[in-house]
Amino acid sequence: MRGLRRWFIAFVVLLLGRKKRPPRFADRPRIVPPGEPDPRAEWLVLGLLLAAAAAAVGFIVAYSFDHLPHQTQYLGLALGLAFAFVAAALVVVGKRLVVTEELEEDYPLPGHPTAQEELEQLVAESGDRFTRKRLLVGGAGAAAGAIGAALVVPALSLGPLLDTGALYETPWRRGVRLVDEHGKPLLLDEIETETFYTAYAKGADKELLGSPLVAVRFEPSQLHLPAGRGDWAPEGVVAYSKICTHAGCAIALFRKPTFPVVEPGPALICPCHYSTFDPTKGGNVVFGPAGRALPQLPLYVDAKGELRAAGNFSGPVGPSWSGVRSKAPRNPS
Amino acid sequence: MRRVLAFAALALWVPSAAAAQPGLGVKSKSGKELYAAYCLSCHGVDGSGISSTAHPPGVLDLKGLGPPLRGVGALSADFYLTTGYMPLADPHDQPLRTKSPFDKQEIAAVVKYVASLGHGPPVPTPHPDRGDVSRGLSLFTEHCAGCHQIVAEGGYVTNAIAPPLHEATAVQIAEAVRVGPYLMPRFPTSQISDAQLDSIVAYVQYAKHPDDRGGWSIGRIGPVPEGLVSWLLAGVALVGCCLAIGRRHQR
Repeated sequence: MRGLRRWFIAFVVLLLGRKKRPPRFADRPRIVPPGEPDPRAEWLVLGLLLAAAAAAVGFIVAYSFDHLPHQTQYLGLALGLAFAFVAAALVVVGKRLVVTEELEEDYPLPGHPTAQEELEQLVAESGDRFTRKRLLVGGAGAAAGAIGAALVVPALSLGPLLDTGALYETPWRRGVRLVDEHGKPLLLDEIETETFYTAYAKGADKELLGSPLVAVRFEPSQLHLPAGRGDWAPEGVVAYSKICTHAGCAIALFRKPTFPVVEPGPALICPCHYSTFDPTKGGNVVFGPAGRALPQLPLYVDAKGELRAAGNFSGPVGPSWSGVRSKAPRNPS
Repeated sequence: MRRVLAFAALALWVPSAAAAQPGLGVKSKSGKELYAAYCLSCHGVDGSGISSTAHPPGVLDLKGLGPPLRGVGALSADFYLTTGYMPLADPHDQPLRTKSPFDKQEIAAVVKYVASLGHGPPVPTPHPDRGDVSRGLSLFTEHCAGCHQIVAEGGYVTNAIAPPLHEATAVQIAEAVRVGPYLMPRFPTSQISDAQLDSIVAYVQYAKHPDDRGGWSIGRIGPVPEGLVSWLLAGVALVGCCLAIGRRHQR
């Protein structure tokens, strides 16, 4: 409370304590013609700057909601208004508060000592009409601070700063069924070669980054999986995380050569930046900006012929973060 | 001197390259003879295919030229021939839409011959009128737009072109979905049912001439040209603002 009161008193003093300081260059002949103070324009500028700050704060508020209808439109409106108010404030300053002058000659060039002083005098005299300089500077600071904050706040969504534990969690553990988008279990016999399937973890939220898979079937002889993954692909069915390890887009392209002898080999490709992964070799990167192989999910087939996970992914799912290789994925506790 | 040699080499090379074009000058209308003239050098005798291990190797002693055609059926042959994908001059090239050297009867004859090589699917008959454009859009988004772009303008996969679908006929679309030409995945009926395929065909037909509700289509190739145009408009507006609030410096 005391802090608030202090701020209030400081604000009132700032408002009332305006006085005309003697101009710095009073002893010299004026270069810029004197201008009448224009308090109404000053209030207008202050109001516009505060409106800009309010709009920017509105952006932060709109951003902080998780599921706001028309959120993108509100965000654009708030940021656009903030900039528009700042622009309007600058227009008012330029049109009504800065003393305009008509000069026959060019401004003195900077560099020469007297010329330098003349320039300073020019600037000082142009600001003659301001009577509440500190208040306006405060208003400009508030607007700049709020807009700066609005521009920085979305960076918080890039991820937790310290605790990355949640990023390692996936719903896959031994025995979890692979289901399609309608919740129907994927049967081994229904998986055909030369095409690709999207699957999810049964019972898990499809929106979880760790849930969606892309499954492809090959002839077992085509597969050259890394050591230790020999039994991960029952009858040649391999499953990888559908989330690209570069920027987190969905792997929506499957390159299936009709005749591999003369055509580029099979690949899973992310359409966003064309990261290309080789599904026959454990999802390693063959092209593009991705830095890590696609995480592979070990599979087995149960007695009913349904595909199930035989464990968790070979690596963390989704775009990389600092220390991504340090831990293995795990299940939420 | 070097230039003369280069011209001489070119003069020698051009006729030989023309001669390497398979089947030039063949007048026959029989499917089997057309196959022998245009297809056999890569797809082998009776569609047996020429793989990297096949013996003897194909033309130009290239190891592995063409997949076997036994069992691909009329569906696949009709697709590759009516689109002009085949015959292909260089087996290492991606087949792209060209004008077929065959007329309709010749295509029908070759399709019939290829279909007779093994049991395969017939040419499909899609019914886009039974499909639903809206459902087609959602299916197209899910299965096709990743490569072919949302209004079927085409795009890229690494090492290949996903062609635009402006000229694709209803039958060719239905065939391509089942065949998976070149690098495209194949979509069996378990992935896309015939009814869903009707909707996809209906949507692709619609996407050839969509009503651009935003006004300008700007090539319909996405946000980059749209952004360029908006920047252009915004730039003009900004210059207008400058003129409105500023005054020209008088000398």
